[in-house]
Amino acid sequence: MHADIKAPSEARRINFARLASMREAGLIVIILALCIAMSFASPHFLTWGNFRAMLMSFSIEGIVVVGMTILLIVGGIDLSVGSVVCFSMVVSGALFLAGLDPWTASLIGIGVSALIGAAMGFFVTVVGLNHFITSLAAMVIVRGMCLVITKGTPLSLFTLPPAFKAIGQGSFNNIPYVIMIFVVVVAIFDFLLRRATAFRKVFYTGSNEKAAQFSGIKTRQVKFWVTVLCSTLAGLAGVIYMARFGAATPTFGAGMELNIIAAAVIGGASLNGGSGTIFGAILGMALLSVVTSSLILLDVSVYWQDMIKGCILLAAVSIDHFLHRKKS
Amino acid sequence: MTQAPILEIHGLSKAFGPVKALSDVQFELKRGEIHALCGENGAGKSTLMNMIAGVLQPDQGDILIDGTRVSIPSPAAAQRLGIALVHQEIALCQDATVAENIYMAAINARRMPLMNFQKLYADAQKVMDLLAPIPVRTKVADLSISNQQLVEIAKALTLDCKVLMLDEPTAALTESEAQRLFSIVRGLQERGISVIYISHRMAEIFSLCDRVTVFRDGHYVATDPIKAVSPDDVVRKMVGREITQLYPDKLAPKEPGRLLLSVNGLSDGSRFTDVNLQLRAGEILGIGGLIGAGRSEIAQTICGLRPATAGTVALDGQGLRIRNYSDAVKAGLVYLSEDRKGSGVFLDMPIAANISALDLSKLTGTLGLLDRKAEDRQAAEMTKRLGVRMAGIGAAVSTLSGGNQQKVAIAKQLSVEPRVIIMDEPTRGIDVGAKVEIHQLLRQLAGKGVGIVVISSELPELIGLCDRVMVVREGRIAGELAADELGEEAIIMLASGVQNSSNQQKQAQNVA
Repeated sequence: MHADIKAPSEARRINFARLASMREAGLIVIILALCIAMSFASPHFLTWGNFRAMLMSFSIEGIVVVGMTILLIVGGIDLSVGSVVCFSMVVSGALFLAGLDPWTASLIGIGVSALIGAAMGFFVTVVGLNHFITSLAAMVIVRGMCLVITKGTPLSLFTLPPAFKAIGQGSFNNIPYVIMIFVVVVAIFDFLLRRATAFRKVFYTGSNEKAAQFSGIKTRQVKFWVTVLCSTLAGLAGVIYMARFGAATPTFGAGMELNIIAAAVIGGASLNGGSGTIFGAILGMALLSVVTSSLILLDVSVYWQDMIKGCILLAAVSIDHFLHRKKS
Repeated sequence: MTQAPILEIHGLSKAFGPVKALSDVQFELKRGEIHALCGENGAGKSTLMNMIAGVLQPDQGDILIDGTRVSIPSPAAAQRLGIALVHQEIALCQDATVAENIYMAAINARRMPLMNFQKLYADAQKVMDLLAPIPVRTKVADLSISNQQLVEIAKALTLDCKVLMLDEPTAALTESEAQRLFSIVRGLQERGISVIYISHRMAEIFSLCDRVTVFRDGHYVATDPIKAVSPDDVVRKMVGREITQLYPDKLAPKEPGRLLLSVNGLSDGSRFTDVNLQLRAGEILGIGGLIGAGRSEIAQTICGLRPATAGTVALDGQGLRIRNYSDAVKAGLVYLSEDRKGSGVFLDMPIAANISALDLSKLTGTLGLLDRKAEDRQAAEMTKRLGVRMAGIGAAVSTLSGGNQQKVAIAKQLSVEPRVIIMDEPTRGIDVGAKVEIHQLLRQLAGKGVGIVVISSELPELIGLCDRVMVVREGRIAGELAADELGEEAIIMLASGVQNSSNQQKQAQNVA
């Protein structure tokens, strides 16, 4: 009996995450290769300063990527994350300026972000619209709300207490708090996504919603809460940005959603739902970040950067398409 | 030469791999007749239709049109020969107008860059009016299913066809809509169009058709003028076969278990009304009926997968309050979907994850984390018990054969140790070996006191496997057959609405 059980679980180790881990290993190889090549091309590349800058640049976006990846796995998408990041920032900032202490203001900022997610979840699961259109509308509406609250001008928050600013600007043993928060969020959700029962339901729902319903899974609830989670994490990112910049700009985060979706997809999340890992998505983000950094160090014109990033996305999605076509 | 049949088939054979779908069949369609083609599921009717329509190519044999041997390499070639097929399933562009759908082939063939909508609507309306006054500017999605069926037929008419094949055109129609269709078909007949009419419903065949040809297991059985035979004769010719598959022994009739599941007055307000059903422990109850009769809807409503408007469900004498499927699962009532790929399994997920999908709570440890070891153990046990042939429990379900996929879907149901299992077409589309294994498994489960309901379109399965069979017709229980009354004829008669031999002619005339 014991032997019987052992054999299949070994097979699981080989098969279960094979595609995903292949993808992750591939990304790591590409990133390492790029880093090695860059270390020859530029003396500034392989320095802690440069790495720290790169990590800082994608740490906060990385928190948003976590939520987006889970939402992609359930079969959804959220175009409003850039606006929600900004909204959380603007609401917290405005409340602080109105006299609230920054911690309470931030919690409220994250709370209203969750409410935006709940509103989108309502339109998706109860009204029956799809995620794309719902979040497209939310993107525009929430951006509008940011402009209304700030009357179009950035809020200057230099009066934020140092203890709060430290979240975004401080560091411990030369490791910025921002990076620590990022690592903790990623570690928690990567673990939960692999191990927690609640998140297993996310995979069932994204893989085959009908079969999930026919397994007694309340797929509408699952989709609702994942939508809320994605917006909440965007809200968290918003207040960290506020602490980092000491300002709240009503146009901040425009276009961020595309970078985030691209990272998740390069990391193996499927727009059809059912597959994706947090670790992969973060690697996707890292790849985009290394490329950006490389292009800057190589003095490539900014105008080329978006084009090259777009090509990387197209290549990643094409590879994915062929892998899946082979499978079926 | 005018007396030559419009269509003749001689010695036609077709095999799909090792399976002979048609062997050496013949068929003859006279000019201007309505010719019924009868046979059970799998008798080869659709294969023949598809070969005449150019969808499939025969391995052997001849097709003659107007006495001339022809080859029909493609559906377009069939259209040029004046052959049109109206499929059982509606294949229209839902977002386009009726007119655009009717003339889709013509629009596609045109070289003009711009559409002349005025002319399109006028022409389409002319064709449509032959059938029914459906405004051709309407979007197809806004039409009822029966009107969509009529649009399909109109589409066939624009092809200027001489031979029209209708594959179960009334499956989705109500009685009155079916009547309208019949008068249309007779109108076509008067215009000189020859019709091949496939249907399971004896009353329709006897009120509408001139001759009837019966196929059985891919063989031609007989062609008769409709006036020379009775529905009984046709049914007998369709069936006339021994059950060659092995079925497990049935429940000894003297020991009926206690009442396990009892459904009273269940209705869903649209597809079925006032369904009563009793299931005893250790019993396998069959549910038969035509496709679309409402069998799946009844089963899904019992399990809380669809809302009920009236009625009660009790398990072990206790009334259940089922608001959704997970309530039913908790009570020990599970449903196996008929659509294996669409709603039965998660194709791209591992076997182990598929099996645990129905009840994750018992695999969940402290902190809401999934106990992967327990999951693997369960998967290893269940796959061993059901004899799933696989690379390992970590393999994706998509890598399995149909029969093994179905075993995984069944393993999922069994993982919660249900008291009642309702299985919708449990052996559809799977090989004979797996089929026998599944039948034996069901009987074993019944032996342990589980109540089992099997919905099946396969008559031998209902008869060979079940202790008792209920037949559903048009959303109502048409009748129930005890073990000693089970027979293919009895089931077909209940399913198609032919009550008994003595008044069937009368009924056929009433319908006419």
